[in-house]
Amino acid sequence: MKPKNQRLTLALLALAAIIAAALLALSALKDQAAYFYTPSDVAKDRVQPGAAVRLGGMVEKGSLKRLPDGVTITFVVSDNAASVPVRFKGIVPALFREGSGVVADGKFDAQGDFLAETILAKHDERYMPPQVAGAMHKSASLKK
Amino acid sequence: MIAEAGLAALWLGAALCALQLVAAGLAVRGQDALAGIVRPVAVAQAALTALAFALLILLFVRVDLSVALVFENDHSAKPFLYRFAAAWGNHEGSMLMWVAILTVAGAAVALFERKLEERTLLATLGGQAAIGLGFYAFLLFASNPFARLFPVPPEGRGLNPLLQDPGLAFHPPTLYLGYVGLSVAFSFAIGALLTRDVGPAFARAMRPWVLGAWIFLTIGITAGSYWAYYELGWGGWWFWDPVENASLMPWLAATALLHSVTVLATRDGLRAWTLMLAVLAFSMSMIGTFLVRSGILTSVHAFAVDPRRGSFLLALLFIYIGGALALFGARVGTVREGSRFDPISREAGLVANNLLLSAILGIVLVGTLYPLLVEAATGTKLSVGPPYFNAAAGPLALILVAIMAAGPLLRWRRDNLKPLARRIAPAAILALAVLAAVKLAAPTIHILSLLGLSLAAGLALASVAPLWKRNLLRTPLFVWGMVVAHLGVAVSLAGMACDSSFTVEKLVAARVGERVAVGPYSITLDAIDPTFAENWQALQATLLVRRGEGDTLTLTPQARAYWAPPTETSETAIHTALDGQLYTVIGKQAADGRWQLRLWWKPFVTLIWAGGALIALGGALALVGRVWRGRRKPAEQWL
Repeated sequence: MKPKNQRLTLALLALAAIIAAALLALSALKDQAAYFYTPSDVAKDRVQPGAAVRLGGMVEKGSLKRLPDGVTITFVVSDNAASVPVRFKGIVPALFREGSGVVADGKFDAQGDFLAETILAKHDERYMPPQVAGAMHKSASLKK
Repeated sequence: MIAEAGLAALWLGAALCALQLVAAGLAVRGQDALAGIVRPVAVAQAALTALAFALLILLFVRVDLSVALVFENDHSAKPFLYRFAAAWGNHEGSMLMWVAILTVAGAAVALFERKLEERTLLATLGGQAAIGLGFYAFLLFASNPFARLFPVPPEGRGLNPLLQDPGLAFHPPTLYLGYVGLSVAFSFAIGALLTRDVGPAFARAMRPWVLGAWIFLTIGITAGSYWAYYELGWGGWWFWDPVENASLMPWLAATALLHSVTVLATRDGLRAWTLMLAVLAFSMSMIGTFLVRSGILTSVHAFAVDPRRGSFLLALLFIYIGGALALFGARVGTVREGSRFDPISREAGLVANNLLLSAILGIVLVGTLYPLLVEAATGTKLSVGPPYFNAAAGPLALILVAIMAAGPLLRWRRDNLKPLARRIAPAAILALAVLAAVKLAAPTIHILSLLGLSLAAGLALASVAPLWKRNLLRTPLFVWGMVVAHLGVAVSLAGMACDSSFTVEKLVAARVGERVAVGPYSITLDAIDPTFAENWQALQATLLVRRGEGDTLTLTPQARAYWAPPTETSETAIHTALDGQLYTVIGKQAADGRWQLRLWWKPFVTLIWAGGALIALGGALALVGRVWRGRRKPAEQWL
């Protein structure tokens, strides 16, 4: 192989690898990215059951119930305009409580209930995840 | 007074940094009038920023509440260690640490670098000063750590309790040493591009610096992973959180650089590509700094949200990465092509390693930036999580492991498939045997875990193969380094595969006195008691743990409530056995008085971090070997 050719071959190889990686990445992204929904978004356009979704809003006051098994809870996430029933099995973050902001990763079942796999709450008293702040802001402006 | 002295030291440091840039710039253009002052100025500058950083730590230890930053993050009731470490557990303090490490790295180059050609060295110090200037400006104009507060409040607001852990004293400094240490590789590349001096001698000079930064980065990532594992109480050790990716991306680039610089040093190949990687590695560090410090992400690492800081950092990012790439584009044509090699050779193996590492880097970068770009462009919020990263990066990582097994068994320059096949055969047979055995024992195992275990076994054997029939005492230290580091990858991979496929998790609501079985353990909830320390109170579960007929151990997971700032955290209790860890978390009390317990048996999970430590140890052996050999036999150093 001539010197010029080797450098060219390597460059082309690198380019091909990077393009392949990018295509792989983008196709995986299309399937795997979880879109963020507020309860109003859910009410507006129905989410495909089983699709990975991130749901954000407020835990409605008086909606939190513990099931008899002791480890499953149900509650309602609302943004003051619409609401979604949620079911979660696990230990909730320490700052998870009624009337507080919440972001849940999971999917909808066929009945329209949200099955949460992970629940994120505020990290501490001073701080609210921007997604929650954004969701609250969005619903506040919807009501006006 | 201390705060003012610190600020003054910073301003003085910035002025010296500007002087260093000018003097080095003149020297590179051939005017040597100021060339003599570049090294001393670099050292003086580092002394000043180190002083400023030490003064900030002093303010934190003394809880001087007249300083805004101390008020925001400190509290007199905190133990000494957390008052000390709180100095960098916040935005401004961590940026000051960033700059201090940057300048200290520059001073280290000025003091200890003897192999590099003088003009390239001056250009390198100029590059270091150019980076420094931007970040001094960021500190002084957008993140002053020494700003005063009036009137002086009676008590501080305290540190985020998730950070109140010995990990804070250890993880950020090591991670930053790695992150910012890569600036030296970046400046070396800039220097070499400016003076057009790229060759084996340059590569041999750059290699120890890359190795040093890479070792710290490896330790920092490993320590951070273990910290997140036991502190968050979620049982996971890597979450593909953007902040974690921010540290992984420079590591991937630095790992690629480490291997390509060896090709350049040994065989004078991959010249332009090595320069590119050096620029890329530190660019990833800066992108990481931007992601973590701009407030664009939410996490325990994003301390403050201030849009001005984000734009400032973004501007710096564009200037440095854009400038370096422009210089690379303008000069790369004049970099002579290095020597050639065959498609089957050690070089080709290292090229494959570099391509795969770059592809993985690309996948992580796309997954990390995609949600940010989509949100900026369309306002749609989305998140990219583990399913994407595992599916896209996992297979490539496994191919990389296979190449890693074969690479060290290849000869430089030219090799043949037949002898390679003979050399790799034992490892391949072992990998196939493990594959069959695991598939038989656990038919439902996920394909990635199955291949992971099989390849880990093959790699473990292949990585010690270079020592075969060698006199172990006379084997050079850097060969040992490679062996140990590759073995570390195998160990870590085995731990990851075991954790993801054999972990047993149990979530129960238990009454006091009730017994639960998880994995080989039987666990009794003995009592729930209140307990307290100087800055928190907690409910503590006493778990009596027994394995078979063995002794009874006690584990005490806690649900803690801190009061400065008011926060609740969950403290895990972990029992480490030879073959894995028992991981316990206490949750809420159910309405009928039962307590939620989350219990994991994680077989061989400790191998993940043990592997990380081995990788870093391998790097350290290689570094010592290279530096020592370089000193002892300067004439034979290319061997």
